[in-house]
Amino acid sequence: MKKGTLKQILLITDGCSNKGEDPTVTAALCREQGITVNVIGILDDDQTEEPEGLQEVEDIALSGGGISQLVYKQALSQTVQTVTKQAMTQTLQGFVNQELKQILGDNQSLEEIEPEKRGEIMEVVEDMGETCDLEVLVLTDTSASMHDKLPTVKEALLDLSISLNARIGRNRFCIFNFPGKRKAIENVLDWSPKLDSISTIFPKLTSGGITPTGPAIKEAMYQFGKKGLLKKLRDEDGPGVEEAGH
Amino acid sequence: MDQAWKKQGINLKPGTVIHGKWHQNRYVIKRKIGQGAIGTVYLCDCNGQYGALKISKNATSMTVEVNVLKSLEKVQGNCLGPSLLDVDDWEMSPNSKCSFYVMEYLQGEPITRFISRHGHEWTPIFMLQLLDDLEHLHQAGWVFGDFKSENLIVIPHPPTVRWIDVGGTTQIGRAIKEYTEFYDRGYWGLGSRKAEPSYDLFALVMVFLNIYYPKRFEKGANPKATLLKKLNDVRQLRGYKECLKKALLGGYQSSADMRRDLMNTINAAEHRKRPKRRSRYANGARAPLAEGSGIILAALFYYLSSLMLP
Repeated sequence: MKKGTLKQILLITDGCSNKGEDPTVTAALCREQGITVNVIGILDDDQTEEPEGLQEVEDIALSGGGISQLVYKQALSQTVQTVTKQAMTQTLQGFVNQELKQILGDNQSLEEIEPEKRGEIMEVVEDMGETCDLEVLVLTDTSASMHDKLPTVKEALLDLSISLNARIGRNRFCIFNFPGKRKAIENVLDWSPKLDSISTIFPKLTSGGITPTGPAIKEAMYQFGKKGLLKKLRDEDGPGVEEAGH
Repeated sequence: MDQAWKKQGINLKPGTVIHGKWHQNRYVIKRKIGQGAIGTVYLCDCNGQYGALKISKNATSMTVEVNVLKSLEKVQGNCLGPSLLDVDDWEMSPNSKCSFYVMEYLQGEPITRFISRHGHEWTPIFMLQLLDDLEHLHQAGWVFGDFKSENLIVIPHPPTVRWIDVGGTTQIGRAIKEYTEFYDRGYWGLGSRKAEPSYDLFALVMVFLNIYYPKRFEKGANPKATLLKKLNDVRQLRGYKECLKKALLGGYQSSADMRRDLMNTINAAEHRKRPKRRSRYANGARAPLAEGSGIILAALFYYLSSLMLP
C-alpha cells in the first residue's frame, strides 16, 4: 500500500452561516475531492443546552465526511487534537473498509469481522495513521462574536501542532480566516510544518457581522490544489517516504 | 443517533444480560464502576466469577485498547495491566451493536484515598513500585501515556499499585495516543508528545503532585515556575524534591535511573534518622517521630522483601 497524504479542513466557528452558498453543499464537494471537513463549534460559557443554530456544525461535518464536536472554549485545546486524530483514523478506516469490500464482498466491514482479525486490521490502520503525511487547513471564523474566543483558538492550534508533530509522518498546516477583507477567506499562515509562527500574526483581525461559511469552505478546498504546495511536497519527498503496512 | 451514544456512554441496568456474538459467553451486569472517554465499565458476573466489562459503540478504539492489553500480556512475568478475559460484540437489537471486552476485576481503592487513610509513608513505596513497573513497560517498547491518578488503584495484601486503564499505552517513538492535560508535559511546555520513557516519568511526578493538590492547579503565565513552586511547597515530598524536579525537567532517560536515584535519597534520609532513634531507645523514651520512621522502614523492608520473593 502506498503511503498517501490525508487532507483535512478544520473549521472552527461559533454560529451559523448567513451568506453565500450552503456550507453543507460545499463540504460535500470537498469530500468528493478527498478532503475531509471537520467542524468544531464553540459554545459560549452561558450556553447550557445545545443551541439550534449549531445543528449546522454537525451537518457540515456529516456531509464533509468528518467529525464534529461542540465544546466550551476551556476544553478547546484537547478537542482540536482529538477531532483531528479521530478524523484521520476514520478516513483511514474508510479506505481499509473499501479494500475489505473488494476482497471479501460487499457486506464486509470492520464490524463484521471477528474480534481477533479486527485487531490485526486496526494495527495496520494505526500504523498508517502514525506514518502518513497530513495536511490540515484551519479555517477560523472571525466574525464579531468570535472575538473573545480567538486567544483560546490560537492556543489550541499551537497545541495541535505539538500533538501532530510528535507523529512519525509529516505535517503541513495553514491557517485561513473568514470573512476576509475582500475575498471569502484570508490567508493568515501559508503551508508550513509548524504553527509556531502564529503568535505574531493572529491578533490582527477584522470582525464583521457576516459569516459566509459556505463560500469559505469552497475557497479553502482550492488551497489544497495550489501548485506551489504540490511542488514543495515533491521536492521534499526525500526522507520519510516509506511503505506503511502491506 | 451515534452522537447521543458518544455523549452519554452506554447505560445498562443491573441484571442486564450481555450475550457475546462470537464466543457465546453470558455476562450479567452488576453495577457501573467507571466511565472513560471511550466506554463505560461495569462489574459483571460470568458463571459466578467477577469481571470488569468495558462496553462501547466505538469498535475502533476498543480494538486498539484490546491490542494494547494483548501486547502487555506478552511482557514476561509482569502484571502491567489487568488481564484480558474475553473480547466480543453484543447485538442489543438487529441494527444496534456494541463492542465489549472483559478484564480481570481489580478490587481496591484509589491511590489518593489510600494514602490519605494509611499515611504518607506509602508515597515513596508507591513511587518505587510504579517506577519498577514503568521500567518493565519501557523495556518492552511501550509508554503508558495517559498516566493519572484515576488510572491507578491500590489493591490490598500487600498494598500494591495497579494500572486499571491502559488505553493510552503507545509504542515508543510514536505520538502519545491519549493524555490528560494536567499530566501532559506538552501542556506545561516541558517537552514533546513523543512516546518516550521521560514522558511517563513527568506524568508520574504529576500523579503525586495531584495527591497533595486534589483540585490540581492552573499553569499560570510561567508554567515551569508554577510547577516547581508547587512541588517545593509540598512538605511530604520535600525529601525527594530534587529527584522529582529532575524528572519534571526531563533529566532521566530511564525509569531505572530515576528509581536508583530515589532509592538513594530514601536510604540517605533513613540513615540520618537512625542514630537519633538509637539514642532515644537508650533513654527508654520512644518518640512519636521515631515510630513514624519505624513504620517507613518496616514498610520499605516489607516491600523490598516482597520483591525478592517471586
